Amino acid sequence: MTAQVITVTSGKGGVGKTTAVANLANALAMDGKRVVCIDGDIGLRNLDVVMGLENRIVYDLVDVIEGRCKLKQAMIRDKRYPELYLIPAAQTRDKNAVSPSDMVRICNDLRADSDFVIIDSPAGIERGFRNSIAAADRVLVVTNPEVSAVRDADRVVGILEAEEKGSPALILNRLNPALVRNNDMLSAEDVLDLLGIQLIGIVPEDETVIIGSNRGAPVAADGKSRAGQAFRNIAKRLQGQDVPFMDLEPQSGLWSAIQKITGRK
Amino acid sequence: MNFFTRKRSASSAKERLQLVLIHDRTDLTLEEMEALKDDLLKTIARHIEIDPEAIQIGLEKDGREQRLVADIPLRGAARRRAG
Ligand SMILES: Nc1ncnc2c1ncn2[C@@H]1O[C@H](COP(=O)(O)OP(=O)(O)O)[C@@H](O)[C@H]1O
Ligand SMILES: [Mg+2]
Repeated sequence: MTAQVITVTSGKGGVGKTTAVANLANALAMDGKRVVCIDGDIGLRNLDVVMGLENRIVYDLVDVIEGRCKLKQAMIRDKRYPELYLIPAAQTRDKNAVSPSDMVRICNDLRADSDFVIIDSPAGIERGFRNSIAAADRVLVVTNPEVSAVRDADRVVGILEAEEKGSPALILNRLNPALVRNNDMLSAEDVLDLLGIQLIGIVPEDETVIIGSNRGAPVAADGKSRAGQAFRNIAKRLQGQDVPFMDLEPQSGLWSAIQKITGRK
Repeated sequence: MNFFTRKRSASSAKERLQLVLIHDRTDLTLEEMEALKDDLLKTIARHIEIDPEAIQIGLEKDGREQRLVADIPLRGAARRRAG
């Protein structure tokens, strides 16, 4: 095995990076992959609660780097799956506790016996972001269909290109199809045209995401959640499968049939 | 604003972002862009006869690449051809 190291980043905070990491990791683990997530947001640990693993933390990333434990000891296993692990972020205030070369070393150690290493990057373009992209084979940029998020995503894409990290793929999160239909939200086409990068998935605005976070149970495992479906599709694309993009119109079936009959659209 | 007459906000968002991104990517402010255009015009005018009114210089986007595109009709040549 030799893992693909995937970093999820965004520029702007609060757009759904941690949500995406937790859900992609769950979806990949459901597909039988061996997955290790790393919370790269030093000082603002979050991925543990979103994944529902917060009560099991003993060691963290900085403990590994500073030699207080072995890498394996900092890997918390998610017992719902055979092979899903989290390396939590430290809650230290020292932002310099981690360097890009530390991340490269840890990821290289993980590569040998995993399929995917997924890194949750902090917002911004500072040290934590640099650490998070250092080992990446592939970068996913998350944005929302909203001016400030798109602008910040563009900055990050520019930096990734300058660092020769290759062109990242876009996750457009929290798209509201009704607003797009009314022309009051940027569409996926608009955002792709503005950013000029490839699309890997569109995740609808979906309240099940918040319910899932509340419970520490990412919605990728919920067969009825539309956002969960979107994340499962992205996970398939990461495995090289060609999955068509979902139809995001919420009222499929009866309602759209009525609209067709009455000529409304 | 009236529901029927207001311009839908997605198009303003897109237009505004298009401009902002061009300037973010090139690190050029609108003012710096104007100064660059002026300098270009002056330099060109030292060599050939041009009509400053007919000239168009601007940034264009091609995927993630930005281009400085100049369209400069040559007055002298055009007149000569017309005889
Ligand atoms: N598709 C979605 N639909 C609804 N809420 C979402 C969606 N994606 C993320 N959220 C919510 O948005 C908030 C920020 O998400 P988070 O993943 O923490 O962002 P980041 O890690 O980029 O700061 C959280 O409360 C999360 O539950
Ligand atoms: Mg986060």
